Amino acid sequence: MISVYYFGAISLILIGLYAVLVKKNLLKMLIGLSIMETGVNLLLVSVGYVAGRSAPILSEGIGPNQAVDPIPQALVLTAIVIGVATTAMALSVAMILHEKYGTLNVEEIRRLRG
Amino acid sequence: MLKRALAIITLIIIGYWLAQGLAGVPFGEDKMLVGQYYLDNVKEQTGAVNAVTAVVVNYRGFDTLGEVTVLFIASTGVGALLWRRKKQRTAKTEGSIVLTTGTRLLVPFVMLFGAYIFIHGHLTPGGGFPGGATIATAFLLLYMAFTAYEIPHKAFEKTEGAVGMAYVLVGLIGLAIGGYFLYDWIWQDWGFGVDNVGRLLSGGFIPIIYTIIGLKVGTELSGIIDNMLKEEVSE
Repeated sequence: MISVYYFGAISLILIGLYAVLVKKNLLKMLIGLSIMETGVNLLLVSVGYVAGRSAPILSEGIGPNQAVDPIPQALVLTAIVIGVATTAMALSVAMILHEKYGTLNVEEIRRLRG
Repeated sequence: MLKRALAIITLIIIGYWLAQGLAGVPFGEDKMLVGQYYLDNVKEQTGAVNAVTAVVVNYRGFDTLGEVTVLFIASTGVGALLWRRKKQRTAKTEGSIVLTTGTRLLVPFVMLFGAYIFIHGHLTPGGGFPGGATIATAFLLLYMAFTAYEIPHKAFEKTEGAVGMAYVLVGLIGLAIGGYFLYDWIWQDWGFGVDNVGRLLSGGFIPIIYTIIGLKVGTELSGIIDNMLKEEVSE
Protein backbone atom coordinates (compact mmCIF):
# COMPACT_ATOMS: atom_id res chain seq x y z
CA MET A 1 0.00 0.00 0.00
CA ILE A 2 1.39 3.36 -0.98
CA SER A 3 1.67 6.02 1.70
CA VAL A 4 -0.52 9.10 1.60
CA TYR A 5 2.56 11.36 1.51
CA TYR A 6 3.89 9.64 -1.59
CA PHE A 7 0.40 9.84 -3.06
CA GLY A 8 0.31 13.60 -2.49
CA ALA A 9 3.73 14.13 -4.01
CA ILE A 10 2.89 11.98 -7.05
CA SER A 11 -0.40 13.84 -7.53
CA LEU A 12 1.42 17.18 -7.48
CA ILE A 13 3.91 15.91 -10.06
CA LEU A 14 1.09 14.66 -12.29
CA ILE A 15 -0.94 17.89 -11.96
CA GLY A 16 2.14 19.88 -12.98
CA LEU A 17 2.86 17.52 -15.86
CA TYR A 18 -0.75 17.83 -17.07
CA ALA A 19 -0.42 21.61 -17.17
CA VAL A 20 2.86 21.36 -19.07
CA LEU A 21 1.38 18.92 -21.60
CA VAL A 22 -2.03 20.45 -22.21
CA LYS A 23 -1.99 24.20 -21.50
CA LYS A 24 -1.17 26.57 -24.32
CA ASN A 25 -0.33 29.70 -22.34
CA LEU A 26 3.38 29.87 -21.56
CA LEU A 27 2.80 31.30 -18.08
CA LYS A 28 0.44 28.44 -17.21
CA MET A 29 3.04 25.96 -18.39
CA LEU A 30 5.62 27.61 -16.13
CA ILE A 31 3.19 27.43 -13.22
CA GLY A 32 2.79 23.73 -13.99
CA LEU A 33 6.55 23.33 -13.98
CA SER A 34 6.70 24.99 -10.54
CA ILE A 35 3.98 22.68 -9.20
CA MET A 36 5.89 19.69 -10.55
CA GLU A 37 9.03 20.93 -8.84
CA THR A 38 7.18 21.23 -5.54
CA GLY A 39 5.99 17.65 -5.94
CA VAL A 40 9.49 16.37 -6.59
CA ASN A 41 10.85 18.24 -3.55
CA LEU A 42 8.07 16.88 -1.37
CA LEU A 43 8.80 13.37 -2.62
CA LEU A 44 12.51 13.70 -1.78
CA VAL A 45 11.83 15.03 1.70
CA SER A 46 9.28 12.31 2.42
CA VAL A 47 11.72 9.60 1.26
CA GLY A 48 14.13 10.82 3.95
CA TYR A 49 11.53 10.71 6.72
CA VAL A 50 11.98 8.21 9.54
CA ALA A 51 8.93 7.47 11.67
CA GLY A 52 8.94 8.99 15.15
CA ARG A 53 12.09 11.05 14.69
CA SER A 54 12.68 14.76 14.88
CA ALA A 55 14.31 17.35 12.59
CA PRO A 56 18.09 16.89 12.26
CA ILE A 57 18.99 19.67 14.68
CA LEU A 58 20.91 18.05 17.51
CA SER A 59 19.76 20.14 20.43
CA GLU A 60 18.68 19.01 23.88
CA GLY A 61 16.96 15.66 23.87
CA ILE A 62 17.65 14.94 20.21
CA GLY A 63 20.66 12.73 19.73
CA PRO A 64 22.00 11.22 16.52
CA ASN A 65 19.49 8.39 16.87
CA GLN A 66 16.44 10.62 17.18
CA ALA A 67 16.92 12.62 13.99
CA VAL A 68 15.81 12.03 10.40
CA ASP A 69 18.16 11.72 7.46
CA PRO A 70 19.72 15.15 6.74
CA ILE A 71 20.86 14.36 3.20
CA PRO A 72 17.49 14.58 1.36
CA GLN A 73 16.81 17.86 3.11
CA ALA A 74 20.17 19.26 2.02
CA LEU A 75 19.48 18.05 -1.52
CA VAL A 76 16.07 19.73 -1.55
CA LEU A 77 17.65 22.96 -0.31
CA THR A 78 19.86 22.86 -3.40
CA ALA A 79 16.97 21.91 -5.67
CA ILE A 80 14.81 24.82 -4.49
CA VAL A 81 17.55 27.33 -5.29
CA ILE A 82 18.14 25.86 -8.74
CA GLY A 83 14.35 25.92 -9.25
CA VAL A 84 14.21 29.62 -8.46
CA ALA A 85 17.04 30.27 -10.91
CA THR A 86 15.40 28.33 -13.76
CA THR A 87 12.02 29.94 -13.09
CA ALA A 88 13.57 33.41 -13.24
CA MET A 89 15.30 32.56 -16.52
CA ALA A 90 12.12 31.08 -18.02
CA LEU A 91 10.05 34.09 -16.97
CA SER A 92 12.46 36.51 -18.60
CA VAL A 93 12.40 34.43 -21.80
CA ALA A 94 8.59 34.58 -21.66
CA MET A 95 8.77 38.37 -21.28
CA ILE A 96 10.92 38.65 -24.39
CA LEU A 97 8.61 36.31 -26.34
CA HIS A 98 5.64 38.42 -25.38
CA GLU A 99 7.43 41.54 -26.54
CA LYS A 100 8.37 40.00 -29.89
CA TYR A 101 5.15 38.19 -30.74
CA GLY A 102 2.54 39.97 -28.65
CA THR A 103 1.19 36.68 -27.35
CA LEU A 104 2.06 33.93 -24.90
CA ASN A 105 0.19 31.17 -26.75
CA VAL A 106 2.79 28.57 -27.66
CA GLU A 107 0.97 27.45 -30.79
CA GLU A 108 0.85 30.94 -32.23
CA ILE A 109 4.49 31.52 -31.41
CA ARG A 110 5.34 28.29 -33.21
CA ARG A 111 3.21 29.22 -36.23
CA LEU A 112 4.79 32.62 -36.62
CA ARG A 113 8.21 31.05 -36.74
CA GLY A 114 7.13 28.65 -39.49
CA MET B 1 -9.79 16.84 -27.10
CA LEU B 2 -7.59 14.06 -28.41
CA LYS B 3 -4.57 15.82 -27.01
CA ARG B 4 -6.15 16.03 -23.59
CA ALA B 5 -7.08 12.33 -23.62
CA LEU B 6 -3.57 11.38 -24.67
CA ALA B 7 -2.15 13.56 -21.89
CA ILE B 8 -4.37 11.89 -19.29
CA ILE B 9 -3.37 8.41 -20.51
CA THR B 10 0.30 9.40 -20.31
CA LEU B 11 -0.25 10.76 -16.81
CA ILE B 12 -1.93 7.54 -15.65
CA ILE B 13 0.96 5.47 -17.01
CA ILE B 14 3.58 7.71 -15.36
CA GLY B 15 1.62 7.82 -12.10
CA TYR B 16 1.28 4.03 -12.00
CA TRP B 17 4.97 3.66 -12.73
CA LEU B 18 5.96 6.12 -9.99
CA ALA B 19 3.65 4.45 -7.49
CA GLN B 20 5.08 1.03 -8.39
CA GLY B 21 8.60 2.34 -7.86
CA LEU B 22 7.76 3.97 -4.55
CA ALA B 23 5.94 0.91 -3.24
CA GLY B 24 9.41 -0.61 -2.85
CA VAL B 25 10.54 2.37 -0.74
CA PRO B 26 8.38 2.09 2.38
CA PHE B 27 7.49 5.37 4.04
CA GLY B 28 8.92 6.29 7.41
CA GLU B 29 11.40 3.44 7.76
CA ASP B 30 15.04 3.87 8.56
CA LYS B 31 16.95 3.82 5.28
CA MET B 32 19.98 5.86 6.31
CA LEU B 33 23.34 4.75 5.02
CA VAL B 34 25.47 7.89 4.88
CA GLY B 35 23.07 10.07 6.87
CA GLN B 36 23.71 8.19 10.09
CA TYR B 37 27.45 8.82 9.76
CA TYR B 38 26.82 12.54 9.34
CA LEU B 39 24.47 12.58 12.35
CA ASP B 40 26.93 10.70 14.55
CA ASN B 41 29.90 12.89 13.71
CA VAL B 42 28.45 16.27 12.91
CA LYS B 43 29.16 17.89 16.29
CA GLU B 44 32.76 16.70 16.57
CA GLN B 45 33.68 17.30 12.95
CA THR B 46 31.99 20.59 12.16
CA GLY B 47 30.74 22.14 15.41
CA ALA B 48 27.30 22.67 13.89
CA VAL B 49 24.13 21.61 15.66
CA ASN B 50 22.01 21.69 12.51
CA ALA B 51 23.05 18.66 10.47
CA VAL B 52 21.51 19.98 7.25
CA THR B 53 23.72 23.07 7.21
CA ALA B 54 26.74 20.94 8.05
CA VAL B 55 26.01 18.77 5.01
CA VAL B 56 25.39 21.77 2.76
CA VAL B 57 28.34 23.92 3.81
CA ASN B 58 30.91 21.54 5.24
CA TYR B 59 30.61 18.05 3.79
CA ARG B 60 29.31 19.27 0.43
CA GLY B 61 30.66 22.82 0.45
CA PHE B 62 31.98 22.53 -3.07
CA ASP B 63 28.49 21.73 -4.35
CA THR B 64 27.20 24.84 -2.63
CA LEU B 65 29.84 26.90 -4.42
CA GLY B 66 28.50 25.45 -7.67
CA GLU B 67 24.96 26.27 -6.58
CA VAL B 68 25.88 29.88 -5.88
CA THR B 69 27.51 29.96 -9.31
CA VAL B 70 24.30 28.66 -10.91
CA LEU B 71 22.36 31.43 -9.19
CA PHE B 72 24.91 33.99 -10.34
CA ILE B 73 24.69 32.73 -13.93
CA ALA B 74 20.89 32.84 -13.76
CA SER B 75 20.86 36.43 -12.53
CA THR B 76 23.41 37.38 -15.19
CA GLY B 77 21.26 35.59 -17.77
CA VAL B 78 18.15 37.47 -16.70
CA GLY B 79 20.11 40.70 -16.92
CA ALA B 80 21.39 39.80 -20.39
CA LEU B 81 17.97 38.75 -21.68
CA LEU B 82 16.20 41.84 -20.42
CA TRP B 83 18.95 44.26 -21.30
CA ARG B 84 17.95 47.34 -23.21
CA ARG B 85 19.53 50.65 -23.91
CA LYS B 86 16.69 52.63 -22.41
CA LYS B 87 15.34 51.00 -19.30
CA GLN B 88 13.17 52.69 -16.79
CA ARG B 89 10.61 51.89 -14.21
CA THR B 90 7.15 52.51 -15.56
CA ALA B 91 5.11 52.15 -12.40
CA LYS B 92 2.21 54.55 -12.76
CA THR B 93 0.85 54.88 -9.25
CA GLU B 94 2.43 55.14 -5.86
CA GLY B 95 1.41 52.48 -3.38
CA SER B 96 -1.47 53.21 -1.05
CA ILE B 97 -0.79 54.93 2.27
CA VAL B 98 -1.02 51.59 4.08
CA LEU B 99 1.60 50.03 1.83
CA THR B 100 4.02 52.96 1.93
CA THR B 101 3.80 53.47 5.70
CA GLY B 102 3.99 49.75 6.33
CA THR B 103 7.00 49.46 4.05
CA ARG B 104 8.80 52.31 5.79
CA LEU B 105 8.24 50.65 9.13
CA LEU B 106 8.91 47.07 8.12
CA VAL B 107 11.88 47.15 5.74
CA PRO B 108 14.59 47.40 8.44
CA PHE B 109 12.99 44.57 10.38
CA VAL B 110 12.62 42.36 7.32
CA MET B 111 16.32 42.87 6.58
CA LEU B 112 17.20 42.20 10.21
CA PHE B 113 15.20 38.99 10.10
CA GLY B 114 17.02 37.90 6.93
CA ALA B 115 20.35 38.57 8.62
CA TYR B 116 19.16 36.63 11.67
CA ILE B 117 18.27 33.65 9.47
CA PHE B 118 21.66 33.45 7.79
CA ILE B 119 23.78 34.20 10.85
CA HIS B 120 22.01 31.47 12.85
CA GLY B 121 22.24 28.97 10.01
CA HIS B 122 24.23 26.45 12.05
CA LEU B 123 21.73 26.48 14.90
CA THR B 124 18.23 26.83 13.51
CA PRO B 125 16.44 25.85 10.31
CA GLY B 126 17.37 28.19 7.52
CA GLY B 127 20.65 29.51 6.25
CA GLY B 128 22.10 31.63 3.52
CA PHE B 129 19.56 30.95 0.81
CA PRO B 130 16.32 31.63 2.75
CA GLY B 131 18.01 34.54 4.52
CA GLY B 132 19.06 36.07 1.23
CA ALA B 133 15.58 35.55 -0.20
CA THR B 134 14.11 37.32 2.84
CA ILE B 135 16.41 40.29 2.25
CA ALA B 136 15.32 40.37 -1.40
CA THR B 137 11.68 40.55 -0.29
CA ALA B 138 12.54 43.79 1.56
CA PHE B 139 13.68 45.30 -1.74
CA LEU B 140 10.60 43.92 -3.48
CA LEU B 141 8.49 45.73 -0.86
CA LEU B 142 10.34 48.98 -1.58
CA TYR B 143 9.79 48.51 -5.31
CA MET B 144 6.10 47.89 -4.84
CA ALA B 145 5.55 50.83 -2.54
CA PHE B 146 7.52 53.62 -4.22
CA THR B 147 7.42 54.48 -7.92
CA ALA B 148 10.84 56.07 -8.03
CA TYR B 149 12.78 53.60 -5.92
CA GLU B 150 15.91 52.04 -7.43
CA ILE B 151 18.32 49.69 -5.74
CA PRO B 152 21.82 51.17 -5.37
CA HIS B 153 23.24 49.45 -8.45
CA LYS B 154 26.90 50.31 -8.03
CA ALA B 155 27.02 49.12 -4.43
CA PHE B 156 25.08 45.96 -5.25
CA GLU B 157 27.36 44.96 -8.12
CA LYS B 158 30.43 45.53 -5.98
CA THR B 159 28.99 43.55 -3.06
CA GLU B 160 28.01 40.70 -5.34
CA GLY B 161 31.48 40.41 -6.83
CA ALA B 162 33.24 40.82 -3.49
CA VAL B 163 31.23 38.14 -1.65
CA GLY B 164 31.56 35.77 -4.60
CA MET B 165 35.32 36.12 -4.39
CA ALA B 166 35.22 35.88 -0.60
CA TYR B 167 33.70 32.38 -0.82
CA VAL B 168 36.51 31.19 -3.09
CA LEU B 169 39.00 32.97 -0.84
CA VAL B 170 37.74 31.13 2.26
CA GLY B 171 38.12 27.89 0.32
CA LEU B 172 41.62 28.80 -0.79
CA ILE B 173 42.72 29.68 2.75
CA GLY B 174 41.53 26.21 3.70
CA LEU B 175 43.57 24.80 0.83
CA ALA B 176 46.67 26.63 2.07
CA ILE B 177 46.23 25.58 5.71
CA GLY B 178 44.71 22.13 5.59
CA GLY B 179 45.53 20.78 2.16
CA TYR B 180 42.11 20.70 0.54
CA PHE B 181 39.63 23.21 -0.79
CA LEU B 182 37.12 24.55 1.76
CA TYR B 183 38.97 23.01 4.71
CA ASP B 184 37.33 24.23 7.91
CA TRP B 185 40.45 25.60 9.60
CA ILE B 186 38.52 27.65 12.16
CA TRP B 187 37.06 24.48 13.67
CA GLN B 188 39.69 21.86 12.88
CA ASP B 189 42.88 23.80 13.67
CA TRP B 190 41.86 26.59 15.99
CA GLY B 191 39.08 24.67 17.69
CA PHE B 192 37.16 27.94 17.91
CA GLY B 193 34.05 27.53 20.07
CA VAL B 194 34.66 23.92 21.10
CA ASP B 195 33.05 24.37 24.50
CA ASN B 196 30.39 26.59 22.97
CA VAL B 197 28.60 24.17 20.64
CA GLY B 198 24.95 25.09 20.29
CA ARG B 199 25.55 28.80 20.82
CA LEU B 200 26.08 31.57 18.32
CA LEU B 201 29.90 31.69 18.39
CA SER B 202 30.55 28.16 17.21
CA GLY B 203 30.16 26.17 14.07
CA GLY B 204 33.57 26.76 12.51
CA PHE B 205 33.31 28.71 9.28
CA ILE B 206 29.63 27.91 8.68
CA PRO B 207 28.38 31.35 9.88
CA ILE B 208 31.00 33.07 7.72
CA ILE B 209 30.11 31.06 4.61
CA TYR B 210 26.42 31.54 5.24
CA THR B 211 26.82 35.28 5.66
CA ILE B 212 28.62 35.32 2.33
CA ILE B 213 25.91 33.21 0.68
CA GLY B 214 23.15 35.29 2.25
CA LEU B 215 24.59 38.55 0.93
CA LYS B 216 25.15 37.04 -2.49
CA VAL B 217 21.68 35.55 -2.79
CA GLY B 218 20.11 38.76 -1.46
CA THR B 219 21.89 40.99 -3.96
CA GLU B 220 21.30 38.60 -6.85
CA LEU B 221 17.59 38.11 -6.24
CA SER B 222 17.20 41.88 -5.81
CA GLY B 223 18.96 42.29 -9.15
CA ILE B 224 16.55 39.82 -10.76
CA ILE B 225 13.58 41.73 -9.30
CA ASP B 226 15.05 44.98 -10.58
CA ASN B 227 15.53 43.56 -14.07
CA MET B 228 12.04 42.13 -14.26
CA LEU B 229 10.25 45.24 -13.04
CA LYS B 230 11.86 47.54 -15.57
CA GLU B 231 10.46 48.08 -18.99
CA GLU B 232 11.70 49.54 -22.18
CA VAL B 233 10.58 53.10 -22.70
CA SER B 234 10.25 54.52 -26.16
CA GLU B 235 11.65 57.94 -26.78
